[in-house]
Amino acid sequence: MNLVATVLSGAPIQFPSISYSSILPEVVFVGAAVLSMLLVAVLGQRDQTYGYTGLGVAAALFGGIWSYHLSQNVNARGAYAVVGGSLAVDGFSTFFMILTSVGVLITLLLAEAYLYKVSHRGPEFVALTLLSATGAMLMESAYDLLVLFIGLEILSISLYVMVSYTTSRRVSKESAFKYFILGGFASALFLYGLALVYGSTGSTNLGNIAAFLSKNTLTSNGVLLAGMVLILGGLGFKVAVVPFQFWTPDVYQGAPTSVTGFMSGVVKAAGFAALLRVFYFAFNTLRADWQPVLEIVAILTLLVGAVLAVVQSDAKRTLAYSSINHAGFILLGLYVASAASIGDSLYYLFAYTVMSSGTFGAISMIAHLEGRTEGTLSLADLRGIGRKYPKIALTLAILLLAQAGAPFTIGFLAKFSVLSSVVEAHHYVIAVIAMVSVVIAAVLYLRVTLSMYTPLTKDAEIDRVSTDPEISLGAVAVRVDEDTDLKVDAKVPVAAGLAMGLSVAMTVGFGLYASPLVQFASKAFLLR
Amino acid sequence: MSVPGSWYLILAAVLFGVGAFGLLVRRNILIMFMCLELMLNAVNLTLVTYSRMLNDIAGQVSVFFVLVVAAAEVVVGLGLIVAIFRGKRQVTADDLHVLRG
Repeated sequence: MNLVATVLSGAPIQFPSISYSSILPEVVFVGAAVLSMLLVAVLGQRDQTYGYTGLGVAAALFGGIWSYHLSQNVNARGAYAVVGGSLAVDGFSTFFMILTSVGVLITLLLAEAYLYKVSHRGPEFVALTLLSATGAMLMESAYDLLVLFIGLEILSISLYVMVSYTTSRRVSKESAFKYFILGGFASALFLYGLALVYGSTGSTNLGNIAAFLSKNTLTSNGVLLAGMVLILGGLGFKVAVVPFQFWTPDVYQGAPTSVTGFMSGVVKAAGFAALLRVFYFAFNTLRADWQPVLEIVAILTLLVGAVLAVVQSDAKRTLAYSSINHAGFILLGLYVASAASIGDSLYYLFAYTVMSSGTFGAISMIAHLEGRTEGTLSLADLRGIGRKYPKIALTLAILLLAQAGAPFTIGFLAKFSVLSSVVEAHHYVIAVIAMVSVVIAAVLYLRVTLSMYTPLTKDAEIDRVSTDPEISLGAVAVRVDEDTDLKVDAKVPVAAGLAMGLSVAMTVGFGLYASPLVQFASKAFLLR
Repeated sequence: MSVPGSWYLILAAVLFGVGAFGLLVRRNILIMFMCLELMLNAVNLTLVTYSRMLNDIAGQVSVFFVLVVAAAEVVVGLGLIVAIFRGKRQVTADDLHVLRG
């Protein structure tokens, strides 16, 4: 009624003022996505994908640089909320926006090299990646549960299409459908949690929720706790922590490998950003209620991820379980819930995004050079890769060792800082469990790395090839011929080489010279 | 006679439960899809009820956002179902079993 009266009386309706410079990365990402689709409609150029990838890469670079500029602003003038208090611009959101831009950059470069060779070409993949990353950025800066939900859906809906991108393949369709149904289920859980929290606190704005909860003590807070658990479930699904992890191996295996890298990096970062902000900031006063739940979830995630990773035979399934193990570590930072431990989680997320994107990139390159279709590269296939493709094998070895937490890499400091903040908070049991999971997972990474450098005997090669139903007998002869001269001319596309080089450079670079990133992560404060 | 707000909340919770149960139990892809929509609409009912109880418009505004998001999800979901149906000529979840382990 009010609205109608306002319109009839001719009085201007109040719109919130929008500070476009604060949301410029999102605007540029959406703009680049729309522009690439318009360009293909006008020019009709589907075969030359370099232009579209170039556009996406430019947008990602701009997003990263502008986010850094915003973070300098925040450092100088303090954090603030924009768009009617629904988006926060703080050290936390700008950190994650830079992380997202890096993830998008690596994903697009890898996709240019590989995905376009096997399926239909065109700008759609670039557009979807950029849109999905926009959703991720909205989730990372959302200061309102509803905006968080919209971001979650923008991210997810684009991702459902990306997972099914190679539609001709049955595995891809199957994993896309599984992801879609379970992702929709998780979104509905999150949304119901949102409704219950709204009902019991009277607002969806995180600042208002935090203020309400610090002022009032609810006499019966069953509805609020149920809402909290549902939100944890919905977001926990996106980041694949243990009761909600069952989709991960199937989807990671079935999706195109560059999309898997994107999911394990950018999507996981966005989900954790939302979890950290909602629980550490909005529900901070209810810490006594959520910490025990997170403790159990973190322990299960660490152990299930590590143990099941060791028994897998497929390369991408193994990495899927190892990503679950990593998620456990990131969750530990939230479980401890001190300012330092949140910084450790952020650092770990950055490290993990860089390492996993590169790892999936190397796996995708090996599958490509071996002439395999997506999702069929087993760990046994990695035997002897070290002599066949020395450069890729070295890349993969460095990234796997970094994931295991080897010194002088980004992975060591990530694991060390999370564990030290767990120990500082006197949670000794969980620290020991985390250490055990590191050792179990390290067995896996070392085994794979060693097998890559184990020379392949001729018999083993024939064995391997002939048991593979996809390769005919004629191919065996060819393979054996190649065996006499093991160094096959491995042609890695330039863009993919660049992407892998970038991730290795960051893995080793930030491992040796850690202080800038550590400083940056520890200064990423939340808007209060 | 007025119906107390809590009745609507309980109805919404039951609808959400029915949707969640159906999604996890049913094998037909289309029915699973309908269950998903049922869950989202149960949330909408909850939001509208709370909006009335709190005398706050934000809950009803949220419903519009949810409706738009649900519509977008339908577009992608039905697209996927059609793609699966083209290959298989039938749509039950039991046929999707290549990936396991």
